[in-house]
Amino acid sequence: MLELDKISKSFGAVRALRDVSLEVRPHEVVGLIGENGAGKSTLMRILSGSMRPDAGAILIDGRQVVLRDPKRANEYGIAMVFQEQSLLLNMSVAENIFLAQEKPFMRLGAIDRRRMIEAARACLAKVGLDVDPAMKAGELDFAARQMVELAKALALEDRTDAPLTILFDEPTSILEAKDVAMLFERMRALKSRASFIFVSHRLEEVLEISDRVYVMKDGEVVAERLAAGVSAPDLHAMMVGREVKGEYYREARQSPPRADVVLEARGLSVAGAFRDVSFALRRGEVLGVAGVIGSGREELTRTLFGFLPQTSGTLLIDGRETVLKTPTQAVAAGIGYIPRERRIEGLVTDISIAANVTLARLDLAMRHGFIDHKREKSIAEYWINRLRIKTPSAAQLCRNLSGGNQQKVVLARWMAARSHILILDHPTRGLDVGAKEEVYDLIRDLSAAGAAIVLTSDTLEETIGLCHTILVMRDGAVTARFDAPARAKPKQVALLEHMV
Amino acid sequence: MTSTWLSPRAGPAAGSAAPKWRALAPSRFGAIGLAELAPLLVLVGLCVALGLLNPSFFSFRNLVWGVANSAAIPLILAMGATFIILMGSIDLSIEGALSVGTMIVALLCANDSNANNFGWWGPLLALIACTALGLANGLVHVVLRIPSFMATLGVWFVGLGIGTVALGGSEIRVLDRTIRSIAFERVLAFPLAVWIAAAMFFFALFLERKTRFGRYIYAIGGGEDIAALSGVPVKRTRILAFALAGFFNGVAAVLAAAQLGQANTTIANGRLFMTVTAVVVGGTSLSGGWGGIANSLIGVLIVAVLANGMVLLGISPYVHETVQGLMIIAAVALSVRRGRSLIVK
Repeated sequence: MLELDKISKSFGAVRALRDVSLEVRPHEVVGLIGENGAGKSTLMRILSGSMRPDAGAILIDGRQVVLRDPKRANEYGIAMVFQEQSLLLNMSVAENIFLAQEKPFMRLGAIDRRRMIEAARACLAKVGLDVDPAMKAGELDFAARQMVELAKALALEDRTDAPLTILFDEPTSILEAKDVAMLFERMRALKSRASFIFVSHRLEEVLEISDRVYVMKDGEVVAERLAAGVSAPDLHAMMVGREVKGEYYREARQSPPRADVVLEARGLSVAGAFRDVSFALRRGEVLGVAGVIGSGREELTRTLFGFLPQTSGTLLIDGRETVLKTPTQAVAAGIGYIPRERRIEGLVTDISIAANVTLARLDLAMRHGFIDHKREKSIAEYWINRLRIKTPSAAQLCRNLSGGNQQKVVLARWMAARSHILILDHPTRGLDVGAKEEVYDLIRDLSAAGAAIVLTSDTLEETIGLCHTILVMRDGAVTARFDAPARAKPKQVALLEHMV
Repeated sequence: MTSTWLSPRAGPAAGSAAPKWRALAPSRFGAIGLAELAPLLVLVGLCVALGLLNPSFFSFRNLVWGVANSAAIPLILAMGATFIILMGSIDLSIEGALSVGTMIVALLCANDSNANNFGWWGPLLALIACTALGLANGLVHVVLRIPSFMATLGVWFVGLGIGTVALGGSEIRVLDRTIRSIAFERVLAFPLAVWIAAAMFFFALFLERKTRFGRYIYAIGGGEDIAALSGVPVKRTRILAFALAGFFNGVAAVLAAAQLGQANTTIANGRLFMTVTAVVVGGTSLSGGWGGIANSLIGVLIVAVLANGMVLLGISPYVHETVQGLMIIAAVALSVRRGRSLIVK
């Protein structure tokens, strides 16, 4: 019903899409995968009407259409659920669902609020979300907001006779596992009403929900497979054009930690978050903290960087008792923090790489009390080389870098600040496979160079693969401690037992 | 934690689900309830305190002339400014528009400077001119993509210049009695000006709450990109909002000419600051999206009651300005939400 025929799109000299053809059939979930830069987002933008292709045709039920703008795309039954959620948090759920579609609710020039709320309730019922439509969108959590977006997309049903296609751009990247399961359940139930295009980095999820999968690489569709007949490693190989090596997490490069303890917690507690956490982190050691939401592990990471001051217990940095009340103190004590929301907490995207690298310790780039730009540039260039950051120059703005390279800039900042303890808070979240592998390599490099690392991660597999030692937390307390040497990694089940 | 929100039946959920959502939602949204009430509490507190310090505050005469009448023009100005600030923009041209508007009224009606006597044509033309200035704000801002701060700063001085040249630096007295009656004619004990301001308030409230225009203003303030992607006509709405603010400025200009009985180059001094103070003190966020017309009514009343109270207590008008300055800083400090930068778009 929805067909793309040889779509091409270039930005300047870069060909983002080259003769991309794909097809969505009625009541089907089509998976779309590819590394960052493979052209998925461009394709989504073209389909949602916010970008026009240079060449090629879009056909709906065999008729060629022009998707001039998002509104036009909507009229043709195409709606997009955005990766960066597109609800207005200051407005009610009902107002969000019918934003720019208020016409049916107008009476004598005024919006009939009650009727709009009733209609919104009906839309929410379709996705099975039980919230008050008059509630502000900002009061909902992420999972519920996503459902509201889905309801908004489904509201199209009443406005168009065209078959509905809903584009999902990375819908699961910020959801917890439980919410992902719920989302999939909903999608399956809604297949009688609409088709879906599902874009994600998480191959297992794509396979789970999709009927067919298209694999994109360098702006082209390189494969189309029925989901039933293909495995995640197969897809991965097609995506990156190389086989996944047996040791994805670079286990062979896992070097044993040194003897000296740099960060030690004794009975560390934060009232209401976690209690009595003890560990001793050595140089070169990667310590993983595993646990579900609410286990206290997120709070623990934040405490170690001074975001959330401890309420009792002792923390020793390099053997000296220290109380971290602010991130500034943590930085001064030699701790670096790589946050999960790069754009929000980690990186000032509108300034240059060089300025970001020296942000934590600007004094290193100063001479006689003033910034020495030559010195700053040479510091940045050193780290650009060391960490293999892909950029034309140190003056490049960070917003122009890919996710993986942005993450490296954050790392470079802490390395430049001579941080010897690094807190990695979901460092690979939102990165594609290739970029993840670079981060894994980097973690091994850092660990071999003697950095002590505390890691929390989205997947247990990653935690087990990367860490020397793993703390398992449940309900605010440490329930188990595992050694994870390169050749004798613990099993996921063993950890899970102590998590739930 | 998510098993309940996907319940199979849909239905009113406010009762059972609301507290649960509160718990899940980031804490910064949890505080909205009290923050939204704060301006009203401040107003009530001010009134009570003033009533205790000087019982004549609550006299009918003071409430009508000291508070309501002196709040009329600020309220009308605040109506226009609220729409602009809700979008995350700002309109600095208020004083320029006022000086053009009052100048037109004074020059066209019976006055002490020329032989004109066009009666109501003056106010009508003043309204049209001020709306046109607002439209110019919007067009310069949207078409030339100049930040509203800069666009309206320019228009402010253009207006001020026109007014000064036309008046030749002197002041012109309005002699037309029907026009002056706008300010002093009493209807049901209140001056006509108060009724006009009330009508403007309800007009603005209707626009905000009941029309697509009002809806789109909030959408733009909440996230302009998102609004555009949803099909909101962002440019048209922005231009319309500035033209509307110009219209409100025009109404205020006519009232000002009537109230003061003259037009001069300093008639508008201090109005911009007072308007922005009132809107912000009322709880409308400078970064857009939060607050509204009703907030601005409270804000205007706070500013008016405070001014009235200082007069009653015999405090110097210079102290009054200082207090207003402190107030706007405090209000902005308290209204910072979501860690967004407050740089005016």
